[in-house]
Amino acid sequence: MRRFSWFNITSLTLGFAFLYIPMIILVIYSFNGGRLVTVWAGFSTKWYGELLSNEDFLNAAWVTIRVALATATLATILGTLAAYVMIRGGRFFGRTLFSGMVVAPLVMPDVILGLSLLLLFKVMFSSAGMMTVILAHTTFTMCYVSVVVSSRLVSFDKSLEEAALDLGATPFDAFKSVTLPNIAPAVVSGWLLAFTLSLDDLVIASFTTGPGATTLPIKIFSAVRLGVSPEINALSTIMIGIVTIGVISFSLINKRQVAQRLRDEKTAEASA
Amino acid sequence: MAQSPRNSFSHAATAFAPWNDPNAQPLIQFKNVTKRFGDFVAIDNLTIDIYEREFFALLGPSGCGKTTLMRMLAGFENPSEGQILLGGKDIVPVPPNKRPVNMMFQSYALFPHLSVWDNIAFGLKRSDMPKDQIGDRVAEMLRLTRLDKFAKRKPHQISGGQRQRVALARSLAKAPKLLLLDEPLGALDKKLRNETQFELMDIQEKTGTTFVIVTHDQEEAMTVASRVAVMDHGKMIQVDTPAGIYENPSSVYVADFIGDVNIIEGKAAKVASGTLELHYAEGAEPIKATTDATVTEGQSISFAIRPEKIAVSTEPMADRANHARGKIIDIAYLGNVSTYHVRLPSGQMMSAQMTNSRRLARRDFTWEDEVWLSWTDTAGVILTE
Repeated sequence: MRRFSWFNITSLTLGFAFLYIPMIILVIYSFNGGRLVTVWAGFSTKWYGELLSNEDFLNAAWVTIRVALATATLATILGTLAAYVMIRGGRFFGRTLFSGMVVAPLVMPDVILGLSLLLLFKVMFSSAGMMTVILAHTTFTMCYVSVVVSSRLVSFDKSLEEAALDLGATPFDAFKSVTLPNIAPAVVSGWLLAFTLSLDDLVIASFTTGPGATTLPIKIFSAVRLGVSPEINALSTIMIGIVTIGVISFSLINKRQVAQRLRDEKTAEASA
Repeated sequence: MAQSPRNSFSHAATAFAPWNDPNAQPLIQFKNVTKRFGDFVAIDNLTIDIYEREFFALLGPSGCGKTTLMRMLAGFENPSEGQILLGGKDIVPVPPNKRPVNMMFQSYALFPHLSVWDNIAFGLKRSDMPKDQIGDRVAEMLRLTRLDKFAKRKPHQISGGQRQRVALARSLAKAPKLLLLDEPLGALDKKLRNETQFELMDIQEKTGTTFVIVTHDQEEAMTVASRVAVMDHGKMIQVDTPAGIYENPSSVYVADFIGDVNIIEGKAAKVASGTLELHYAEGAEPIKATTDATVTEGQSISFAIRPEKIAVSTEPMADRANHARGKIIDIAYLGNVSTYHVRLPSGQMMSAQMTNSRRLARRDFTWEDEVWLSWTDTAGVILTE
């Protein structure tokens, strides 16, 4: 075992403390029995119970999940197609400009994006609602998907697609039955990324939402302005839990696949 | 068909040599094909016929256009000018998935998410073959390439040699009129490569498919091909049987590219019908040689002779027309043969190769010895370009 120097231990501790102390405090206070957020009054799970009977929060959660599901799916389809054209389309007029424009929303300030979408939707639709939020979220998450998918496509051997064409597959068939199964991990990652981004977006959602389409971040933000309640701590704890479980299970699945592959390659060499 | 294409060098009346038959209809015809990538000319006004059942090798250094030529046959590139005919029909407008041509890729390009069985069946499922016959055809291909045991494995679960055979089985499954092989043996080690070359020839003979192979390995081209095309800078330099390329190279480039060769430059003299003398150095005995080429008196020409056609001995061999005295500078001992590097008085270095028919200890000459090199007047080739 390598021994850590004092300097390493200190910087590691500071770094992790900086990252996780706020969340740990939030989780601890979600089990606080008292009404005051900053005063500990014994362990209790009553705020979780309160949360479950709070219609407003439950509705907002349900809206958020539906928005995130629709956004992630739409953004994944559009982002994957954009990445495919960019990487495989060869040289076409305005390719550099186009690929620059696809990733531009990555660095565009959310406020500006939200404002411009608000103006656009005002012209296009008579009223804002869940659909406008979904469209807005798709716009800004799609570029993340296309970045993730194109990085996988770049390393994906083009001759596999040529082999499919050579064997009689149409270009669409080649994409569906050869390219897609092989870039699936990146597509899934892209979907998860879009889902998470949509889940916690506040700024763009605030600009583009309408009556009956209040997402959870908007709900939490407006509730906090009236004072932090222990209920919100409980809600945030649940969200942290869901995200953690998601991340851990995804990396476990990944790790197992890599290990399986390594074992397979060893047996292949042994049998050769 | 009992006749093997490989026997073509025998020049017997029964030999497989459709390129000598004026009535034979070529399977593939390139007509004045040019391919440009921007300013770069990959293929330069190239015309060539390839016949059915041929094992045709495209040989050349990297960047000579051989891969581009093959990709145009597969349909992944289109010519900038000219026509490509397959069985008399222009295939330039036909997309790759509609051509009766299959390709074995250099990287094998096996579908990693499909089993060996599904890889081989991929093309069949997309053809008009009835579903119930696909299984039989795949089984036949697995037998042909001795992969029966590996049908259910994924590509990463088998060895490199097995992967290579899956790629071959997959490209042969649809019984294409033409099979393209892009450096098919590049990733294999030497021993496996030699075995696989014979397997390839065997399969080519069994299936009767026309093979076009791209390679930069001249030994491989010589071994497998019925005809070899030597390419350079997008042009065909010479197209001939392996024996023709080796024995009668048309240019210094081809002579130098295929195998080892001694090149002596000089001036032609005493030009008669079919014979001439080559003066290559002051005071040196001129080289007597035969040639079919039209050479004028005093013309600058090159004489090319293979090392194994020169004999090394302590005395000049009376039955050979040419002799030259020189000093052994170096001996490369390869077990069965030895190559002697001999310096002539003119400074010209010659290599001569002799079979080691006697034990090493009983050899008559060694380093620094003065020896005689002897060769006949028909052993070499006169090259005018």
